[in-house]
Amino acid sequence: MKLLVCVSKTPETTAKIAFTNDNTEFDTSGVSFIMNPYDEWYALVRALELKEATGGDSKVTILNVGPSANDTVIRKGLAIGADEAVRVDAEPQSALYVAKQIAAHAKNNNYDAIFLGKETIDYNGSEVGAMVAELLDMPFISYASHLDMEGTTATVTRDIEGGHEIVEVQAPFVVSAAKGLAEQRIPNMRGIMMAKRKPLKVEEPVEAEDLAVAAQYELPPEKGDVKLVDPENMEELVRLLHEEAKAI
Amino acid sequence: MVLVLAETQKGEFKKAAFELVTYGKQTAEAMDSECVALVLGSATAPEQLGKYGASKVYHIADSALDEFDSQVYTAVVAEAAKQLGAEVVVVGHTSTGKSLLGRLAARLEAGSVPGVNRVPQVGDTFKVKKPVFSGKAFAHYEIKSDIKLLSLMGNSLQPQETGSEAEVATLDIEVPDSRVKVKEVKRMEGRTPLPEAELVVSAGRGMKGPEHWGIIEELAEKIGATTACSRPVADAEWRPHHEHVGQTGVAIRPNLYIAVGISGAIQHLAGVNSSKTIVVINKDPEAPFFKAADYGVVGDLFDVVPRLTKAVEDFKASN
Repeated sequence: MKLLVCVSKTPETTAKIAFTNDNTEFDTSGVSFIMNPYDEWYALVRALELKEATGGDSKVTILNVGPSANDTVIRKGLAIGADEAVRVDAEPQSALYVAKQIAAHAKNNNYDAIFLGKETIDYNGSEVGAMVAELLDMPFISYASHLDMEGTTATVTRDIEGGHEIVEVQAPFVVSAAKGLAEQRIPNMRGIMMAKRKPLKVEEPVEAEDLAVAAQYELPPEKGDVKLVDPENMEELVRLLHEEAKAI
Repeated sequence: MVLVLAETQKGEFKKAAFELVTYGKQTAEAMDSECVALVLGSATAPEQLGKYGASKVYHIADSALDEFDSQVYTAVVAEAAKQLGAEVVVVGHTSTGKSLLGRLAARLEAGSVPGVNRVPQVGDTFKVKKPVFSGKAFAHYEIKSDIKLLSLMGNSLQPQETGSEAEVATLDIEVPDSRVKVKEVKRMEGRTPLPEAELVVSAGRGMKGPEHWGIIEELAEKIGATTACSRPVADAEWRPHHEHVGQTGVAIRPNLYIAVGISGAIQHLAGVNSSKTIVVINKDPEAPFFKAADYGVVGDLFDVVPRLTKAVEDFKASN
């Protein structure tokens, strides 16, 4: 079984969000970057588990679209257990651009399944998986919180509003990972050492236009001071919520 | 023309569909154009979408569309957009809409912006705002393609009844076979799911254990709210995972968010700080959540919450 896991680099979850260059660029100074948690904790780990369960010549490849500065994040994926990595050397500006790079790579490599996180925690777009599936004419199962494979048939639990659905799909397919699909793995020393010797191939990007780009950023307005209510007087809180906030 | 995909659940329209049509209508006005609704699969009274601003409703009633497959839906919506000459297509930022938007963008070679919460600014350029960095900032996106694709975040605006029922027609579109077999669909009955909830009562580690959740359930029931929890609570399995709100859980933007015994870690705030009104109940006056709150109560939650429940009850009885 050949599995591809697409991984993205994001600011870590406690990073201070600020902008520079007249609010047109994210200010990366002092920000540390991590592998997008949905890609790492769920998509990658579930792909590794499937590989381990099938054994044989199964292989997990991770793919990132980005500059060489992303190699640290890619090496972490190798340390967790991926067999090889590919980096498409580009500075992506839009989801469709990224999806086209992934699709171009996947077209030449006949993967049985393509995994990615349900969204990145920076742009929260949730678009790339669907785009890749369309470009490759494959089924797309989004928000997977459970996935089993038997031969080429996958049974997937998909999170929907207020519940879930269970679907069956034949490989090849694209799947986006939600919480619950797997348990986070911490790389061990052996994994980290081995990662240094695993192949990381750099590929040239294909041409693609950016059709939707973030042109300007802004921070939310500062919240006014909190209005404290006497804990003995909850009638007052209800009154404020009704009359002032019009929330109830 | 603005084409909106109005979703149904078991054939019934929910508030999100009316929000979407209202948004489509407002977008169409900004473009000096009209809003048309598309309905797929069985649906009760699609003509009602006219009340919220759809000048016409296209209903493709094929029962094959009762089950969702992103590939099938994409083929149908893309074809409808082409036949109708849509300039803007809007879907909901839901599990359905989010699975469609990217596919549509790839199929139509169109720019897309997911999770918008404001009407676009239309002039020489087409710009639209959306929250990014899990609600810690906003970005103004510019879409450069002829067809523009958007998904609308729930609770972004109130549905507005402006007109009367619309004419319902159908489109001649072949529905392709699905390669995904839906074996089971399960939804919890009764409560509004978190992403759509207007009122949310959420609790954290301050509760000390799952056995104390009765007071949260009672408060939620009296207000008519959906319950939620912080990440440590879901990780400790005090509450089910689908209740976890925050950066790595569900992101929500209700009208009212009541946080009980939650300190307000930055990852939690990221998922809830778009809420219109935030109430924080915590015994620690230094809890960081108070900085993000509109109203704060410093006190023991085991006293404060039952008191608040009682006050809500009295208020509801007298109104």
